[in-house]
Amino acid sequence: KDNTILAYPEDVPSNLPVFTMDYPRIQIPFEITLWMLLASFAKIGFHVYHKITIWVPESCLLISIGLIVGAIMHSVLEEPPAVLSSNVFFLYMLPPIVLDSGYFMPTRLFFENVGTVMWFAVVGTLWNSIGIGVSLFAICHIEAFGVQDINLQENLLFAAIISAVDPVAVLSVFEDISVNEQLYIVVFGECLFSDAVTVVLYSMFTFVAEMEVVEPEDVFLGVARFLVVGLGGMGFGVLFGFVAAFTTRFTSKVREIEPLLIFMFSYLAYLVAELFAISSIMAIVCCALTMKYYVEENVSQRSSTTIRHVVKMLGSISETLIFFFLGVVTITTEHEWNWGYILFTLLFTFLWRGLGVLVLTLIINPFRTIPFNMKDQFGLAYGGLRGAISFALAFTLPDSIGRKQLFITATIAVILFTVFLQGISIRPLIELINVRRTNRDVETINVEIHSRLMEHTMAGIEDLCGQWSHFYWKDKFMKFNNRILRRILIRDSRAESSIVALYKKLELQNAMEILDTVSGDISAAPSLKESTNPKKTFMAEDLKNMHDLLSKNMYKIRQRTVAFTSKHALPNDDQPREILIRRHANIRRSLRHGSFQSTIPRSQKYFSLPTGQNLGSKYPSVRRRYAGKLLKLNLQTQF
Amino acid sequence: MGATQTHSEYQYENMVGKTGFSTEQIKNLHMRFQQLCGNEKTLRKEHLENIPTLADNPIKTEIIKAFFDKRNQHNNELGSYEEIGFEEFLMVMSHFRPPSIKTSAEEKAAMRKRKVRFLFNMHDTDGDGKITLEEYRKIVEGLLSESESIGQEVARAIADAAMLEVASTNVPNMGPDDFYEGITLEHFEQILKDLEMESRMYVRFLDMNTANLRCGK
Repeated sequence: KDNTILAYPEDVPSNLPVFTMDYPRIQIPFEITLWMLLASFAKIGFHVYHKITIWVPESCLLISIGLIVGAIMHSVLEEPPAVLSSNVFFLYMLPPIVLDSGYFMPTRLFFENVGTVMWFAVVGTLWNSIGIGVSLFAICHIEAFGVQDINLQENLLFAAIISAVDPVAVLSVFEDISVNEQLYIVVFGECLFSDAVTVVLYSMFTFVAEMEVVEPEDVFLGVARFLVVGLGGMGFGVLFGFVAAFTTRFTSKVREIEPLLIFMFSYLAYLVAELFAISSIMAIVCCALTMKYYVEENVSQRSSTTIRHVVKMLGSISETLIFFFLGVVTITTEHEWNWGYILFTLLFTFLWRGLGVLVLTLIINPFRTIPFNMKDQFGLAYGGLRGAISFALAFTLPDSIGRKQLFITATIAVILFTVFLQGISIRPLIELINVRRTNRDVETINVEIHSRLMEHTMAGIEDLCGQWSHFYWKDKFMKFNNRILRRILIRDSRAESSIVALYKKLELQNAMEILDTVSGDISAAPSLKESTNPKKTFMAEDLKNMHDLLSKNMYKIRQRTVAFTSKHALPNDDQPREILIRRHANIRRSLRHGSFQSTIPRSQKYFSLPTGQNLGSKYPSVRRRYAGKLLKLNLQTQF
Repeated sequence: MGATQTHSEYQYENMVGKTGFSTEQIKNLHMRFQQLCGNEKTLRKEHLENIPTLADNPIKTEIIKAFFDKRNQHNNELGSYEEIGFEEFLMVMSHFRPPSIKTSAEEKAAMRKRKVRFLFNMHDTDGDGKITLEEYRKIVEGLLSESESIGQEVARAIADAAMLEVASTNVPNMGPDDFYEGITLEHFEQILKDLEMESRMYVRFLDMNTANLRCGK
């Protein structure tokens, strides 16, 4: 709309305008919303045909859609919205992605393998960056490529950018085929912490790239800065995590704001770390790790679900948008293509990754109980895809870098190559070479009991030998945790054993199965019928007791965050809700019919007791001779 | 000093063959053994019960008993010793040796069997080859005793459910009134087959001399 002031006054419209439009006012939020919706439709669309998502990872699909949209925009000569600036990326888009990864990280597995994970993340990323940077600098001297103006610092900067591993696609494949836990956690953890390392290197090298001369003392300063940044980030994260946990202790009357607190504290950790220019990714990850354990016990079940849903949602949106944007930008920007530089970049990326994995595994294997064999190493090396973070970092390079366009083009080329080629081929390859898998169906009480038994025995033997290693420290930490931390941070701090938690969960499962087989023919009608049959009145009482037991225990079960979560989906939460629905449906049905079938549910059959004794049941043993044999021994679980 | 030196060296080599430890590790464990014994030549239960860090362990009694259990010596004897020498001590410790990269698959299977056997012996206190409900309950109560709020009934219910699980996996065709006497070694191995024991049940025995590095007993 024209805002020019007219020389001559126009006719002022005398009537009230009935219909007006004011696009510029809403333009920015409108376009952002449209982009998000478009990306969400794309996601919905993928899952319509299930087979696609098995063979083609979601990131490929998102980039393809982005390419299509970019082509459309290019043909109508539109510019993509210039929203992806450095601030927007670092302050708004990156935190949700990292929080998502950090929150759903399997903690026990992580701490068991923390040495290996950090080794690969930190040393591996450094190895990659320096290796690629130096080799690229070497080939820059070749005149034929025409890239002699890129100096060492800029090469290192570029190398740091493309060392950020983002194996989103690989993780979902790994999870689908239940690859062995150690490989999974190393890939997962490496992704997360290599992002942190890359961001630190990025800021360091951007600073250095603008310096004229690099002194040797700057190298030492660089190393020192690295340590300060990493450890400082961790410290801040843990601090904020504890504060958040402590706050949730008092929120029992204001349940609605519990999720908000979690997000605010994590975000605050991120921002404060950014303020001091220390690693914000480390801060937010450590905050999430520390917080999760205590918060999930303090907040209500609904808040816990909300938190998990929202974390997943935000992370998913952010990642989707970045990939989408990648597709669009690929078509619409002007590229600077340089065959030599880009092909060598690709070559060096693969070369250094492969070498890196080999050398690093060779060094760390003696320290591991389960060493990585060649197949694991292959999975690790091949799973080194690049993705969203690299793209965003390249895109937001400062304009003072002379060859910024070349870097962007090269980054996009590497990302597209790895995501499409490796992302699609990794599934058949991993299945072909038959990587060692983990058996995940070990949720039996016996296994849990014996795991704990083993751990205590190990701790005891270690004490006996006077040779302390990880069982000892784990034991010590658990004691410290139970005695001090839990008392302070948790409102209702009764130490709950993992055995009891598992037991409750399995009992619930059992109850569900029983309800299934009985098919809802529990009759509560007899109380109206004045039946003299003693068996039937017994039924109503059983029913009432079952009601009480189930309702009492159903809301106490905390769904512990499962060990494996996919990047694009929430962990399976259906069980407790499911039992609620089934129970109501069954009870309702039972009030209508009057009969019942005499089915013997399979879980009823086994007595492991001396005859005459029952499992502490509240019901007299006359029940056992019952025709229908409903409401099994398992149900009278007393808590 | 010379005579005893060669005597112990000879013994060490014998033990390397029997237990699979290296000579360095045996030497370290011998030093620890002598430290635990105090001034005496053999180890008794009181020596082990005096270790302060072990006091917090919920299954302390079972662990100590395991050292004196004759079955863990693989001699096919039953019962328990009053006091043990270094060889017996080492035999028990050898159950916790970790596998190395060089261990073959059969060796790993054998190691796993020994570890399962060790756990079985911990449960089966009367030595009849079966874990009965009472014995199982004792262990579970011991494990849960560190969480003060959990009462005895809960522990019993859990032990009962665990027995039910074993029964249902191993004897699927039991009638409703059959009596399941107890878990035998085969059943025990069956229910634990998914537990990765080789990788989780081990102690890293040090090769170097840690006497100067340790702070406290």
